[in-house]
Amino acid sequence: MPRLQYLLPMAAFVPLIAGLAFSLGLDHRSLPSTLIDRPTPAFSLGALDGAREGLSSADLRGRVTLLNVFASWCAGCRAEHPVLMRLAAANELPIYGLNWKDRRTDGIRWLAANKSPYARVGLDESGRTGIDLGVTGVPETFVIDRSGRIRYRYPGPLTEEVWRELFEPLLKSLRGEP
Amino acid sequence: MRMHKGRLATLFGIAMGWLVVATVPCSAVLPDEMLQDAALEARARALSQELRCVVCQNQSIDDSNAPLARDLRVLLRERLSTGDSDRQAVDFIVARYGNFVLLRPPLQWNTLLLWIGPLLMLLIACLGFGRYVRASAARFAGAESSPQLSDKDLERVQAILEDGSSA
Repeated sequence: MPRLQYLLPMAAFVPLIAGLAFSLGLDHRSLPSTLIDRPTPAFSLGALDGAREGLSSADLRGRVTLLNVFASWCAGCRAEHPVLMRLAAANELPIYGLNWKDRRTDGIRWLAANKSPYARVGLDESGRTGIDLGVTGVPETFVIDRSGRIRYRYPGPLTEEVWRELFEPLLKSLRGEP
Repeated sequence: MRMHKGRLATLFGIAMGWLVVATVPCSAVLPDEMLQDAALEARARALSQELRCVVCQNQSIDDSNAPLARDLRVLLRERLSTGDSDRQAVDFIVARYGNFVLLRPPLQWNTLLLWIGPLLMLLIACLGFGRYVRASAARFAGAESSPQLSDKDLERVQAILEDGSSA
């Protein structure tokens, strides 16, 4: 069957195109976090509002928690805000806020205008804590387990759908852990 | 309306000149980020050209105007100022953002295909071409020893050659 060799380029071309078509559908913007399953980097941030306590990595221990990175200049944060408010109202789990690369007055004004879903907020004005967490933009949400290890990072605005499909199964399994 | 050839050339020259100026790669490093120590600054520049900006992913942090790129440039300079080696300073950022930030990916098991892939392709192409050349050479050699004309055909050819008309 000498004619079979003419099919060889086609045989190579088809998987190539299939591979390219597949990778076209992948999300190249969200980078894998290097911190998955690693302890939350140590940080201690001052409170956004002088009256309340700030946020430190020690707060993220003992319970499964959500760490939400937000900023007043971030449109996506506004979009995901109702989801966070609903979670806070349902008392699903403690939600901590990291106000990233923001001015104190802007952060305070944003929370006052939109209501705060956060149990505590730390102000990361320099953005260094965000960098330690490998934050590439806002909003970004981390799931942290009881021992204070980062188990999941979701870059981009939360939606009810994302919550249902990605977070709920994860939280269920995390709560089942000793 | 006629345009002067000379004026057209001048305009063209200006346009081309502007094009060249506009496309020269320029860095996003601002004077207030720069280190006093020229040698240290040079090291920082070289390193930051090799680090990918995680916001605008096809630029280095040296090229990018993104605020996070600026933060990383400043961080890199801080690390170098406190005595980090080039390797340590880069590793500090890689520990936070992963190998993805290296514009030149390291040679390791999961990047092996990336590095040797082109060579592999070249090798396959060379092998294929070699085979093709050998096969056609064989075909050519085969043509030499193809069946001879029969006596009858030879006579006809002879006749054609001799009187120029078909028999």
